[in-house]
Amino acid sequence: MSLTMEEQAKQVSVGSVNKVPMVKYTNVMKSFGDLEVLHGIDLEMQAGEKIALIGPSGSGKTTIGRMLMTLEEPTSGTIEVEGEHLWHVEKKGRLVRASEAHLHQMRTKIGMVFQHFNLFPHMKVLGNVTEAPRKVLGLSKEEANDRAIEMLRKVGLADKLDVYPAKLSGGQKQRVAIARALVMRPKVMVFDEVTSALDPELVGEVLAVIKEIAEEGEMAMMLITHEMDFAREVADRVIFGAEGHIVEQGPPEQIFENPQSERLQSFLKRIR
Amino acid sequence: MWDWDYALSILPRLLGALKVTLYATFWGFLLASVFGLLLAVLGRSRVKAIRMAVFGFVEFIRSTPLLVQLFFLFYSIPLLFGFSMTAFMTGVIGLGLHYSTYMSEVYRSGIDGVEKGQWEAARALNFSKARTWTSVVLPQALPPILPIMGNYLIVMFKETPLLAAITVVELLTTAKNINSMDWRPFEPYTIIGLLFLVISLLVSLLVGIMEKHLGKRHTR
Amino acid sequence: MGSIGEWIPLLWEGTVITAQVTLLSAIVTLLLAAVTGIMRLSKFKIIRGISYIYVLIFRGVSLLVLLFWVYYALPLMGVELSKMTSAVLAIGLNFGAFGAEIVRSSILAVPKGQWEAAQALNLTPTQRMFRVIFPQALVRMLPPFNNLMIELLKATSLIYFITLTDLTYQAMILRSLYLPQTAQIFGLLLLIYFIMASIISMIARMLERKLSAGRM
Repeated sequence: MSLTMEEQAKQVSVGSVNKVPMVKYTNVMKSFGDLEVLHGIDLEMQAGEKIALIGPSGSGKTTIGRMLMTLEEPTSGTIEVEGEHLWHVEKKGRLVRASEAHLHQMRTKIGMVFQHFNLFPHMKVLGNVTEAPRKVLGLSKEEANDRAIEMLRKVGLADKLDVYPAKLSGGQKQRVAIARALVMRPKVMVFDEVTSALDPELVGEVLAVIKEIAEEGEMAMMLITHEMDFAREVADRVIFGAEGHIVEQGPPEQIFENPQSERLQSFLKRIR
Repeated sequence: MWDWDYALSILPRLLGALKVTLYATFWGFLLASVFGLLLAVLGRSRVKAIRMAVFGFVEFIRSTPLLVQLFFLFYSIPLLFGFSMTAFMTGVIGLGLHYSTYMSEVYRSGIDGVEKGQWEAARALNFSKARTWTSVVLPQALPPILPIMGNYLIVMFKETPLLAAITVVELLTTAKNINSMDWRPFEPYTIIGLLFLVISLLVSLLVGIMEKHLGKRHTR
Repeated sequence: MGSIGEWIPLLWEGTVITAQVTLLSAIVTLLLAAVTGIMRLSKFKIIRGISYIYVLIFRGVSLLVLLFWVYYALPLMGVELSKMTSAVLAIGLNFGAFGAEIVRSSILAVPKGQWEAAQALNLTPTQRMFRVIFPQALVRMLPPFNNLMIELLKATSLIYFITLTDLTYQAMILRSLYLPQTAQIFGLLLLIYFIMASIISMIARMLERKLSAGRM
């Protein structure tokens, strides 16, 4: 299985026809109580692809990302990561809800950065970034520190190792959160409105870091965002969702310069 | 070990004593409610000395055991002031004073919950101070805290056995008396244990219902 | 006529017993509170049920009656405990149930995002609880536990009823010896309890400062 997967991954990078997508949503529905927020989503992401999810609030875009991070379980439908079911396992030809052990194994490929950072307030910056490498990957303290410092250097915070999150600005907090997720080396990462909770003057530093990561290329990224200019600059493909449906998708130029649907046209008009 | 006939035979005496326990709870709670409100209002006085005195009183009473306070009241007052109260009255006063300090905190939280604009509106309407309290602040401050007061009613009920220490013949004293006569501790102590448990669970159920009811009213 | 100097040895003996019972009961309380408080959040219904029933019953009982029951009635079921053990057990069981609610509500008060971040980093459920959530809940628990410990100190005076020679008991002996000075003796007794309660508050505040250093 793993051998074919590697082959498939290779094929993807060459752009072969029968490539296995990095992430694949198939007819995914999600309800909270009586409220159905997603009405059957189909979506694919290729390895290393950067997609941006845009749309009005309440369109369900955050839920799409949270389901990939296993924070929200689909009401129906399936999600696959590198051809393997995320929320299910096959038993006698039928799909059954996967165990925590399966989810744990799948999560090694996935990372997430949150709108409200969610740094651990009782750990210093270095502790925040080394916690998972040490406890989940089982790295030694030295290895974890080396890896964490490398990531913190990348986000420009190598001088803040010994500081508690409470002492950081919002932009710095979010950069630590990015380092914390990156250090686990996921294959796909969800960025859930990572600048929405920031003061306007701090947005730039965070976007710059994300852009830099995007340019390195290997990791697939799902950018759930309100920053249209940023989406246009970084994303390979932009997906516009509204009221629980994917309404339109395509390359950034097409979405922003030549929107087809009326829904997208009026959305773009309103935010400009 | 457990003898049903014997248990039934002592039940009437225990139920009779339950009445004393309930009376003590009721009067103690009433005193705590009234005096607690007084403390809460005085605690907001503009005079710093009054605020300090209230704070000191509340801190001291809350940090020392009710049992010792009961002893102090029961044995010292006759010596200090030359008059004596019945054990029951002393018990009610001790219980009431002790829990008035808790109650004042509850009132305070309720009063703090009333928006500042309400005070300002009352002033704008030229209400007197007393009028502001009785017709604007308290009617809004009290309903949300009723369940918390209900919880303190339960707490006080469970504390009444302490009155046994100053010779009030309530449930525990009665159980002790039965034990010293018949040398059978198991039945009387188990029965009163269950009585306390069942009654406090029932009341907390009522408080829970009240809480839900109030919650509904406030979200409407 | 007696004087404070003559009272001190007896009161000191009582203070030591009171401190001992307070400390031992506090340990039992904290252990029970942590275990049953976390059990209340288990995903297994049986575990939740057991802790729920424990909390329901031992919050509902009257401590003094429980103490009498443990000390006088339990021996008839073949369980004979020393005065000290009876006291620590009764107080610990009663206050543990209140503490469980503090633990539970403090854990629930930790923002959901902390659970989510821990999960996104692929920590196991146990690691999420003990590495991320519990340390944060601990800071929230301190003020209510401070109050609970003061209540516990006060409650130790009840062991006078089973003739454990604590502060209250010794004061009652002094009173019988120096009847005219009853008020002074009880006044002094109240003062000693007040000082002990203040020490508990001081320790709690110190812990709070230490635990939340730099974080807030």
